[in-house]
Amino acid sequence: MLEIKNLKARIEEKEILKGINLSVNNGEVHAIMGPNGSGKSTLASVLAGREGYDITDGEVFLRGNDILELSPEERAREGVFLAFQYPVEIPGVNSTYFLRSAVNQVRKHRGEEELDAMNFLKLVKAKMKELELAEEFLKRPVNAGFSGGEKKRNEILQMTMLNPSLAVLDETDSGLDIDALRIVADGVNRIKNQNNAQIVITHYQRLLDYIVPDFVHVLYDGRIIKSGDKTLAHDLEEKGYDWLIKNA
Amino acid sequence: MSSTTVIELANDITNAFAEITRIGPSMLPLRQAGLDRFKRSGFPTTNEEDWRFTSLKPFTEIPFEIMTDSGEQLLDQAILDEIAFSQHDTDNLVFIDGHFSDQLSQISDQPEGVTVSNLASAFDIIDNKIGLLSGKDENPLIALNDAFFTDGAWIHIPANHSLSKPVHLVFLSTAKKDGQASHSRNLIIAESNAKGTIIESHISLGHAAASTNVVTESQLEDGSNLEHIKLQDQSPQSIHLASLHSNLGKEARYAFHSFALGAQLSRNNLRMNLAKPGIDCMLNGLYMTRGSQLADHHMIVNHAAPHCDSHEYFNGILYDQSRGVFHGRILVQPEAQKTDAKQTNKNLILSEEATVNTKPQLEIYADDVKCTHGATIGELDKDAIFYLRARGLDTKAAQQMLMHGFTGEIVDRIQHNAIREELNELVWSRLENEHNLN
Amino acid sequence: MSANTDTIDEFVSSEYKYGFITDIESESLDPGLNEDVIKFISAKKNEPEWLLNWRLKAFRHFEKMENPEWAHVNYPPVNFQEISYYSAPKKKGDGPKSLDEVDPKLLETYEKLGVPLHERARLAGVAVDAVFDSESIGTTFKEDLAKAGVIFCSMSEAVQEHPELVKKYLGTVVPYTDNYYSALNSAVFSDGSFVYIPKGTRCPMELSTYFRINAANTGQFERTLIIAEESSHVSYLEGCTAPMRDENQLHAAVVELVALDNSEIKYSTVQNWYPGDEEGRGGIYNFVTKRGICKRNAKISWTQVETGSAITWKYPSVILQGDNSIGEFYSIALTNKAQQADTGTKMVHIGKNTRSTIISKGISAGKGQNSYRGLVQVGKKASKARNFSQCDSLLIGDKCGAHTFPYIEAKNSTARIEHEATTSKIGEDQIFYCNQRGLETQDAVNMIVNGFCKEVFRELPMEFAVEAQKLLDVSLEGSVG
Repeated sequence: MLEIKNLKARIEEKEILKGINLSVNNGEVHAIMGPNGSGKSTLASVLAGREGYDITDGEVFLRGNDILELSPEERAREGVFLAFQYPVEIPGVNSTYFLRSAVNQVRKHRGEEELDAMNFLKLVKAKMKELELAEEFLKRPVNAGFSGGEKKRNEILQMTMLNPSLAVLDETDSGLDIDALRIVADGVNRIKNQNNAQIVITHYQRLLDYIVPDFVHVLYDGRIIKSGDKTLAHDLEEKGYDWLIKNA
Repeated sequence: MSSTTVIELANDITNAFAEITRIGPSMLPLRQAGLDRFKRSGFPTTNEEDWRFTSLKPFTEIPFEIMTDSGEQLLDQAILDEIAFSQHDTDNLVFIDGHFSDQLSQISDQPEGVTVSNLASAFDIIDNKIGLLSGKDENPLIALNDAFFTDGAWIHIPANHSLSKPVHLVFLSTAKKDGQASHSRNLIIAESNAKGTIIESHISLGHAAASTNVVTESQLEDGSNLEHIKLQDQSPQSIHLASLHSNLGKEARYAFHSFALGAQLSRNNLRMNLAKPGIDCMLNGLYMTRGSQLADHHMIVNHAAPHCDSHEYFNGILYDQSRGVFHGRILVQPEAQKTDAKQTNKNLILSEEATVNTKPQLEIYADDVKCTHGATIGELDKDAIFYLRARGLDTKAAQQMLMHGFTGEIVDRIQHNAIREELNELVWSRLENEHNLN
Repeated sequence: MSANTDTIDEFVSSEYKYGFITDIESESLDPGLNEDVIKFISAKKNEPEWLLNWRLKAFRHFEKMENPEWAHVNYPPVNFQEISYYSAPKKKGDGPKSLDEVDPKLLETYEKLGVPLHERARLAGVAVDAVFDSESIGTTFKEDLAKAGVIFCSMSEAVQEHPELVKKYLGTVVPYTDNYYSALNSAVFSDGSFVYIPKGTRCPMELSTYFRINAANTGQFERTLIIAEESSHVSYLEGCTAPMRDENQLHAAVVELVALDNSEIKYSTVQNWYPGDEEGRGGIYNFVTKRGICKRNAKISWTQVETGSAITWKYPSVILQGDNSIGEFYSIALTNKAQQADTGTKMVHIGKNTRSTIISKGISAGKGQNSYRGLVQVGKKASKARNFSQCDSLLIGDKCGAHTFPYIEAKNSTARIEHEATTSKIGEDQIFYCNQRGLETQDAVNMIVNGFCKEVFRELPMEFAVEAQKLLDVSLEGSVG
């Protein structure tokens, strides 16, 4: 599914990613953990194609195709979904209109038929029910005036609707209470199948109680310094990062 | 045929004035006082604080031909069919160069007691009401209008009555010749608990540098509720000068929406007096300018009583060398405790050469108030564009969506569904067709 | 509301701590303004001819100008003929050679003001220039500064010792034609501070000037000039007080800052001129022009805490001429009693990538009227200019006013300007919450006001932040229930 080879990136003069290697197969869930400033969000942004980063080395393959030259929207249509750590507020842009445009862009790219307003609404309302989002949500502008929890659930709603092959969740758990966390995790687990993969970036182990990872990676100072199975997350929760950093 | 009087301002003004006084002799004292005031003040200059960013040169440099008669009475009904809102079920009052067109106007059966007519037909009944609200304003353009107004709308909704359908005031400027100057005057009285929707359209038929100077006075008594939508879509050669003076009674609700899309130079003076408690007043506007257009909204919201809310929302999109000017002043008097006032002005500059001047001001003499204002000037939000692209939209679609959202913020505040939809489409087609989205 | 009214009324009762008069023999010029007065001042200071001519040109220009009336303040017109334009402590013989020889009464005055000048009690790490009425009475730590190549002296001394620098920069940032009071100041300025930081130098200590108006019927017209050469750095602070007198006194200063490439000037003011009484009798008219110019990558930061003066009319500004330059304005303005303040800033973006930040906190109490007036201007060539402005007003009591008059002008599509303003009162629930936790109402008010101002205090040099905070507390004394 995803193959990252020796990825190096900088912002202005500062090198943030110093050679990331990561391989994600279909059906897998990978968790990326690490202290603040280790490069987690940069990795997510670089995968999604955010401007402002200078890729100095390395390659990123999605199903065998190098995606680094693709624009953010081309990547999205290829199936890369980034759940933003800070979803952007877009006043005035109606949520339904926005989501339907996005869904149809992606469907068009996949050669699927575009959804008309009726079918789209039917689908989105069903998904919203699963995420315990009020329908009234659809009438509001994108993320504007949403609470932190609502924004995160809206990200998951978008993910569900876009049905990506690779979902990257950037600290989706931050700022969520336990109920919201469960709802978000259920949403993630629901889309999981043998043809897609997920990368979960998080600070805390608690999200991983709900979204059980196949692999856990520790990112520190722009490199993956340790990989393991889900027990690694528990070790980190208990011992913090220091013991790893000292050995790094 | 049209008969116009060419005057050199100040020198020959009396000739035009003699012509105009034939219209409604009972208006003479008001006209004379207006003329005297204007003679003393002349046109405002950019040395005056209220006109600092807006020069009236484009107006003062063209001839000044008072339209003492309608420029054209035999207009085809088809012209009306092409203008915005014509497909809606509305009552229409049509004015051509400031003169009422009986032929093109259409008034259905409004409820008993409701008056929807032209002002000149009612001069004898209402003469003492004209100028009541605008009289104290020192703006020379009001003096000019006092002296030279020809006609306009007279809408009176008695207590506990509602307009059965929206009233559409259509102001057509024939604009055949540079310097044609129309002066219209509107009077709107909504008595207690009266309701209604009023649309005001200003359209040019020709492409000459003609001017429109319109003064509207609206009195909203206790518990009345008025929605007033103004669309100024004149030709890019024209001059549009407007003043709205409103006095609001207890728990009155007034929503005024201004769409300034046309004219070389447009200026909207909005003066709202929140005289009694519990008022909700909204001024909501969008300006979209290109070429060398200038759109200016200049408002003063006077909170003179406690527990009133006022909201001003103005968004502007500027292309080419155009200019947007916003002056918003919220004045909170000492007795206006528990005021909740909000003022925002957002500007999208989409060209290297466009200019924005914004002055969102608060003047507060009461302590238990909540007042905020905000102003932004900038390009489209880059984070938002990335967010949309990360969801699969291409750059152009993302930009369009954001611009649509930016205009939608304003359009969506229109309460009347059909009118909102039509304006939404109108604004959007302008953005798509007439402006280059880069 | 009503429950608080009594205590609000008590607000005005707080005492002005610095209102004493120093009984000292002065040499004062008779009131009056004419060319002879200017010639007298210039001769007194043994000035070169070019400076006298400059003063006279300024005076002739002043005579053609009219008093500005656009500010949101009310006061009877100033009669410039009733003011004495020069007053200085009488010198014995040739005058003091060093601070040790200064009249002990003067030293005592500064001691009382909390600014001891003599060696053993000096504030550590802060060099002080003490200006008493029209003259500087001395500057501390001069030798230490000289070792670093820093020039810190009175303007009069600079004219004698460094005429080439004065001539090169005086009036370049604020020309005498700039406004009414800058013209007046240029004609009659008496003293002030002069700072020169050589290339690549970081000034080893804080520099500060302490202004004291003592004599009656005098005006103080100081002129300050700070030049930061390339890649240099300086932090400067000024403080001001005056005795309580029933008449209004005029203080019309001009401050010019020149920040050359890569340099940084931080200028802080704690202004506590006598504010007058609750009826508006007496107090200083503080009409000040402050402006700095930033060359490439330079930064100027203005921080002001304005608690005094009957009327304040002051807009410390930054011309962001050089690419990547930065301007900052952090302000606390408190108006109590019958004080009126109309203050703010101008940020003029000319160079590319220029950035400015404006944080203004206005507090109105008593019958005070507080206005923020500011201009953010982005020129055609100032691509990627950024500005953020936040103007908050806090109202205490129902007889005061808070006003915000921002002007924003952008001529560049890549500019990004954000302006926000709020006006609120101290919430009864906030006070109650504090009361319920055992705090006195006055302490609660102080705490809330201090919290409201925190973003600005943070910008002051440490030792002055504490002083400023105390000053605010004193000014708020007895304010609210």
